[in-house]
Amino acid sequence: MNTATRQERWSGYALLTVMAIAVVIPFLSVFLASLQPAGTPVVGLTWPERWSWDNYEQAWSVAGFSDLIQHSLTIAVGVVPASLVLAALAGYALGTMKLPGGNAVAAFFIAGLTIPVELIVVPLYFDLRGLGLTNSYLGVILVEIALFMPFSVFWMRTHFQSTPPSLVEAARIDGASSATILLRILLPLARPSLMTLGLLVFMWSWNQFLLVLVLIQDTTKHTAPAGLGFFVGQNSTDIPTLAAGTIIVMLPILILFVIFQRSFIAGLLQGAMKG
Amino acid sequence: MPSRPPVQQPPDVRVRTTEVRVQSQAPRRRSPYRGYVYVLPAFAIYFCFAVLPALHTAYLSLFEWDGVTLGDWVGLGNYQEIFQDSILRRSVLNALVLVVFFSFIPIVVGLAMTGLLARFRRPGMGAYRFLFMLPQVVPLVAVGVTWRWLYGDDGLVNQTFRAVGLDGVTRAWLGDFGAALIAVGLVGTWVLSGLCMMLFLSGVQKVDPSLYEAARLDGAGPVREFVSVTLPHLRGEIAVAMTVTTVAALASFDIVYVTTNGGPGEQTTVPGLLVYRLAFSEGKVGLAAALAVVLGCLILGIVYLINRLSRSES
Repeated sequence: MNTATRQERWSGYALLTVMAIAVVIPFLSVFLASLQPAGTPVVGLTWPERWSWDNYEQAWSVAGFSDLIQHSLTIAVGVVPASLVLAALAGYALGTMKLPGGNAVAAFFIAGLTIPVELIVVPLYFDLRGLGLTNSYLGVILVEIALFMPFSVFWMRTHFQSTPPSLVEAARIDGASSATILLRILLPLARPSLMTLGLLVFMWSWNQFLLVLVLIQDTTKHTAPAGLGFFVGQNSTDIPTLAAGTIIVMLPILILFVIFQRSFIAGLLQGAMKG
Repeated sequence: MPSRPPVQQPPDVRVRTTEVRVQSQAPRRRSPYRGYVYVLPAFAIYFCFAVLPALHTAYLSLFEWDGVTLGDWVGLGNYQEIFQDSILRRSVLNALVLVVFFSFIPIVVGLAMTGLLARFRRPGMGAYRFLFMLPQVVPLVAVGVTWRWLYGDDGLVNQTFRAVGLDGVTRAWLGDFGAALIAVGLVGTWVLSGLCMMLFLSGVQKVDPSLYEAARLDGAGPVREFVSVTLPHLRGEIAVAMTVTTVAALASFDIVYVTTNGGPGEQTTVPGLLVYRLAFSEGKVGLAAALAVVLGCLILGIVYLINRLSRSES
């Protein structure tokens, strides 16, 4: 593809770089602010005279971000494996078996892709309170699994539909039960799809805010984003600690993104296209 | 949606499949519904914790209820109130203004960049792709906190204006009656432009390169080439980008809650914020539920419309 002139290439890359800088600068501004001495007024983008990591210690132990991170991890550890197992089972049946009414059931799942949290939080609070599931991680975990289930089922169904039917048929002839076919033959092949789905579900769970704000009113049990949102309201003047807290909340997902960027980007783009 | 390429199969396998099907049809005595055992757990949790609450919201929207005492049946009264109450109406209008910033501008930016980049191979795109997708993966609450700081009195935005001598322009952007909604909207632009661009660029990769060469040989300029080669191939991607970004604009609770919490006045109030506020601090659960239903219907309607339009054209 050599139809472009050198000038076009240049202007293309120049604009890309300008946009990339626009994306990076807010992150950089927060990062630099987090390195300033605590309690001092900080202005925009200032290089710290001396790199101090004290704010991270302050945010981690005193402002309670270590607890927040633990709570978020607790929820994610509940949500991710359950989502993967349930979605793999449902996706397997809806993708490889000829179920009567299977397409309608799949469509019913897909319809849930557009459910915003706003639509379900109000009764959820009152219903779950009746069951003793407010201020409880189990309540949040169950709702998050349900909320991500349309995408998860859709993702796994699409995956299983793309595996050659001959694999399943051949195993069936050999007398394998449907459970054996899934466990022995299809799941090992599904590892990349499951991994991408796991990353996306972890990310959505980690970033969930409104649901946690409503279902967990006890601020000592908040998750990382909810705690950060609450912290802003309380300490909006202590910029360095706030900035350190913001970085701490972003860090786990950033680390995963750096390690698994291919899966993440493919998942986000393909997920959007398929959904 | 572009159709996925069919799964590659060697021909001999395909022959065997048909034979097998003939054989396995005969001794089948299991109920065809047996497979639903696999679907049941996922379905149960989805139904109990997402579908039922959504229906329950619709039911609650027909009552006037403070969350404590017994509710009163008011029929569609809450919906009437949404269209009459100026704050509630305002929140829906604000959300529609946000659509311009969350959806329209990112798509235009994405298309412009794609038009510029479509016709040559792009070594080094990996690093750019990583950066452009970055705002997609971090919590929106963290994004909101970041921008709250950038827009503050001593934030980067004011610092920049001072540096170029425009001291008169500086202000607390999120507290400014005229600027707050635009400032919040631009956060959405920042988050979603990269996503739109990456969607379009990955769509363009599927275009046959010879089409570009042909267009060039025919003497088409960059604009002509974009309109007749790039744009038609991106129809699916544009529909997807519109859907994703519009939903993000209408359900923009996180960013608004941490940046402005609806203020100053009601300048940046959005439906999601009011649902939360009405139900959990003002004790108007029925009204909150009605607003949630309106929001849900708005999202569903727009998604349906976009999909319908993009399908009927292709």
